[in-house]
Amino acid sequence: MNISIKAALMVSAFALASPALAAGTHPTTGEALADDQSFTYRVLDEHSSVDPQIVEDVSGSEIVRDLFEGLYSQDNQGVLVPGVALSHTTNEDKTVYTFTLRDNATWSDGKPVTAGDFVYAWRRLADPATASQYQWYMEVMAIANAGPVMAGDMPTSELGVKAIDDHTLEVTLSTSLPYFHLTTTHSSTFPTPAWAIEEHGADWTKPANIVSNGAYVLTEHVPNERSVRSRNEAYWNNDATILDTVTALVINDENVALQRYFAGELDRTEIPTGQYPDLSVSNPDETTVFPRLCSYYYMFNMRPDGPAAMQDLNVRKALSYAVNRDIITENVLQGGQTAAYTFTPGATANFSVPDVDYAGMSQDERNAAAVEMMAAAGYDASNPLDLTLIYNTSEGHKKIAIAVSQMWKQTLGVNVTLENQEWKTFLQTRSNGDYQVARGGWCGDYNEASTFLDLVQSGSGYNDSKYNSPAVDELLASAKTMDDPQANYTAIEEAIAADMPLIPIYHYAGNYMIATSLKNWPVDNVEQNWYSRNLYKVAE
Amino acid sequence: MLNFIIRRVAIAVPTLLILLVASFWLMQTAPGGPFTSERPLPQQVLDNINAKYGLDDPLPVQLWNYLVGIVTEFDFGPSYKYKDRTVNDIIAQGFPVTLKYGTISFLVAIVTGCTLGVAAAIRQNTALDYFAVGVTIGAQVLPNFVMAPILIMIFTVWLGILPGGGWHGGEWPYLIMPVIALSTSFMASIARLTRSAMLEVLRSNFIRTARAKGLPDRTIILRHAIKPAMLPVISYLGPAFVGMVTGSFIIDSIFGTGGVGYFYVNSALNRDYAVMMGLTILLGSMTIMFNMVVDILYAWIDPKIRL
Amino acid sequence: MLDVKLNPSQRKTAEMAKNIANVKGRSLWADARRRFVQNKAAMVSVFVLGLVILFSFFGGYATEYDNETIDWNVLGSVAKVGQPSIESGHYFGFDDSARDLYSRVVQGSRISLAVGVVGAFIAVLVGTLYGAVAGFVGGRVDSIMMRLVDIFMSIPYMFVLILLLVVFGRSITMIFVGIGLTAWLDMSRIVRGQTLSLKNKEFIEAAMVTGVSTPKIILRHIVPNLLGVVVVYATLLVPQMILTESFISFLGLGVQEPLTSWGALISEGVKTMYYGAYWQLGFPLGFFIVAIFCFFFIGDGLRDALDPKDR
Repeated sequence: MNISIKAALMVSAFALASPALAAGTHPTTGEALADDQSFTYRVLDEHSSVDPQIVEDVSGSEIVRDLFEGLYSQDNQGVLVPGVALSHTTNEDKTVYTFTLRDNATWSDGKPVTAGDFVYAWRRLADPATASQYQWYMEVMAIANAGPVMAGDMPTSELGVKAIDDHTLEVTLSTSLPYFHLTTTHSSTFPTPAWAIEEHGADWTKPANIVSNGAYVLTEHVPNERSVRSRNEAYWNNDATILDTVTALVINDENVALQRYFAGELDRTEIPTGQYPDLSVSNPDETTVFPRLCSYYYMFNMRPDGPAAMQDLNVRKALSYAVNRDIITENVLQGGQTAAYTFTPGATANFSVPDVDYAGMSQDERNAAAVEMMAAAGYDASNPLDLTLIYNTSEGHKKIAIAVSQMWKQTLGVNVTLENQEWKTFLQTRSNGDYQVARGGWCGDYNEASTFLDLVQSGSGYNDSKYNSPAVDELLASAKTMDDPQANYTAIEEAIAADMPLIPIYHYAGNYMIATSLKNWPVDNVEQNWYSRNLYKVAE
Repeated sequence: MLNFIIRRVAIAVPTLLILLVASFWLMQTAPGGPFTSERPLPQQVLDNINAKYGLDDPLPVQLWNYLVGIVTEFDFGPSYKYKDRTVNDIIAQGFPVTLKYGTISFLVAIVTGCTLGVAAAIRQNTALDYFAVGVTIGAQVLPNFVMAPILIMIFTVWLGILPGGGWHGGEWPYLIMPVIALSTSFMASIARLTRSAMLEVLRSNFIRTARAKGLPDRTIILRHAIKPAMLPVISYLGPAFVGMVTGSFIIDSIFGTGGVGYFYVNSALNRDYAVMMGLTILLGSMTIMFNMVVDILYAWIDPKIRL
Repeated sequence: MLDVKLNPSQRKTAEMAKNIANVKGRSLWADARRRFVQNKAAMVSVFVLGLVILFSFFGGYATEYDNETIDWNVLGSVAKVGQPSIESGHYFGFDDSARDLYSRVVQGSRISLAVGVVGAFIAVLVGTLYGAVAGFVGGRVDSIMMRLVDIFMSIPYMFVLILLLVVFGRSITMIFVGIGLTAWLDMSRIVRGQTLSLKNKEFIEAAMVTGVSTPKIILRHIVPNLLGVVVVYATLLVPQMILTESFISFLGLGVQEPLTSWGALISEGVKTMYYGAYWQLGFPLGFFIVAIFCFFFIGDGLRDALDPKDR
């Protein structure tokens, strides 16, 4: 009796000590909130870093977006909302941007966030000594003098960014860029604390040393097991933060992760390939599907000294037509992916998918056309085409390769040799051009069609097909300065469909199991820039 | 014996050096590098990165700098993939984890394996023997990548009594499944080696003599038979140790324990050269040390074996 | 060279000894065969393993399906409509890509049995000789040979495999090379340990004193006395080799789709077992287990039969 009273007292004392919002109702929706506001999710792999200028992977960027806050953030639809910057102005030709920063933003150690912190961070990103893999982002942003600074030909102080005063940041661009402010949501542009980095060097991101300005601080990091971030009491908008702790658990095996989700150890995990249909029936409230800004494709090796068969337009088109995309999306992947006949996903902002000719045909018509083209190319039952398809080792790539190779075999009589390779060997083989057909995947860096279409530019380092069309290059170049480049994008997609340097197969979809108590997951944000401070857990 | 240890340690240095140079060469020759990715980096960025890590030096210079770093500062270099951690960080974090569940698995495997093996041998062709053989074969034929998910299915999903993974500083509920999954196949190998060696020893002349002298069975087995029967088991410990380190990859991947096994495979796939080198040196030193201990144990088991 | 020093009568003695050894040797093998045949578990295992081998070569004739053709009507709902069924002729059901699992198991058996046997064979041949030489010769030779084994054990195996792929390309033979590279290491350590102890036994010392050459001692006296441990350990290696193959294939060096193996089928089956497609794990794992049981019992039978003390 005595003991239970004591326990009850202790529990209530505990409840009093915890933040006011931990139990109660959501300020806008009025939903009853759960007492336990902790969110645990699965990541495939250990994150590369939590240093904004160094991080290069998706799971690391997710953490960085929670720990740090840049000039702007995104809302659930991917629309820009104020971050540290309240607003910005720009000059007539959009080469100078001036940002006004909020005066109540502070670092987790209590220091104010100033324009100087941004200047420091951006110079740090461009500094060759930092050797960031995202250095090139400064060139995407077209910051003045980014190139020479990166090459070490100019001191970092020449970079086109300066603090007018503590709350005014001025950025000078090398060229007019109407969408410059959109680039400031990227984690590599987030401010970093000069004093902490100078004091601790590379160790500054360790939980004991890190100073951050986002809604959360890093409190625990056990490499390859877990990383925990907790509410940052010094964050300017801390009162609106509902989740107290966010934990990322590293679980390599997606099937095991799903089991642990069912055991209640996780609030969010990926749905393994092929399991969506069953789970959407058994757990309809938890399965979540949304489009992603990514394309899956097979590329042909079009190098002039490459395999002869791949030079033949008929062969390339026949192989593309004979791929039944609907089977891939509906029977192999089964996770809400969309069949692709164009390279750019339909989910891309300000982009409408053009009607390329073969997209409108039925699969039977495509198959018939494919057979004709194959015959025209001089291949038949007595003289079949021999083809090697390379892909990197992965369950999903394997299943697709198996299905496609059977489609080619059954429809066109092509003898396909499948060859999986370990990731780095695969990349090397592909960029050396030692292949006939290779798998490719591409995710947009930003939400605009050029991030995809630049891939078919003849000089692009990403163009592993070595597709070379002066007309397409011309269209791409002129699109850069257009207010509405859709006409050019349509023409480029039509050129891709006509020349078929690659076979678009499908556009990705995100597939999550999300616990019913976790609310406000931004499924409409195609870039999947999610912020833990917008999530909350309701009482069940 | 001291002499022997000194000699072995002395020879370990050139051995490790050969291992190091060979591994370094293998790694650098393998296609792709740490910064090869789906989206190739612009040349300028790649140059900056290579300059930062000294990857633009000629290979012998890189190797020399690496060796100097180890010898003078015990610095095994940075991780190219996990950029805010050094190899020392990764090993300091992951190795105690692997060491803990590895050692426990090792002990479990040795104790249960030897017990089962001895029991099966002294009761050859009885129910006990068949039981022991059955258990060991059962444990051996279920690969750990099959066993681990099944364990999770049973203990986490159905029974709900054990956490499905994680480490939590190695608290015991987090240890049970990794230890079972890692130890069983080694337990089975040890049991089968013990059984066969024990049978052989039990048929040998000196046991027959002891029997003839009327010594009780228990004395014969404990005093005389076990020691020589342990010889092949002891030989097996060196390879078994290496197998456990590499086998811990599966454990780390499935249970998310965060040991070095995961890094051992993934640093190779990522071409994270320095991490791979650090782990190779670690594994190499452990192998050399283990095999030295095994050789010392030989002399203890069979005094006629000269060190 | 040694002959020069012997006088005629001694040479005769040596010849006599050789003849006796030959006669005895033959009877030893005959003896072993007799003992092995009497071992019921071993004989049943030989029979079952024979069936599995026959299955792997001729099982394909029992089905109209091949191992690569996808049944498009089944693809995407394998867990529901892909069950094993005698009527449909898909005795083992479908794999996750809607291909006939029976013919895949038949074909996978062929590869895995070959890998297991070749791996064990290399281990026995190379590992035994290497270990016996190192242990018997001893001294500096032993030291160098064993430090080499230490190096091979710790060298990052993956890079060796990746380089093999780059230099020699991909082929079925490369699996055996990849397997062979590691298979013998453990065996050589174990054999050396046994040899160190055997070396001090009276009969070996006797042979040395009578001037029998080193190779002859190793082959005639050391190796036969090692066979018990060697055979038992070889059977332990078989499952390891069969599973290592799937790792080698994972790096792109081994078998490639649509070809498969037990290791590949089992690891695919593990992924689908959560979702009700138990047969995809069950059939390949069943075959694997049966084969391993057979290897174990045959190994134990051989061990008992070859035990030189068990005359």
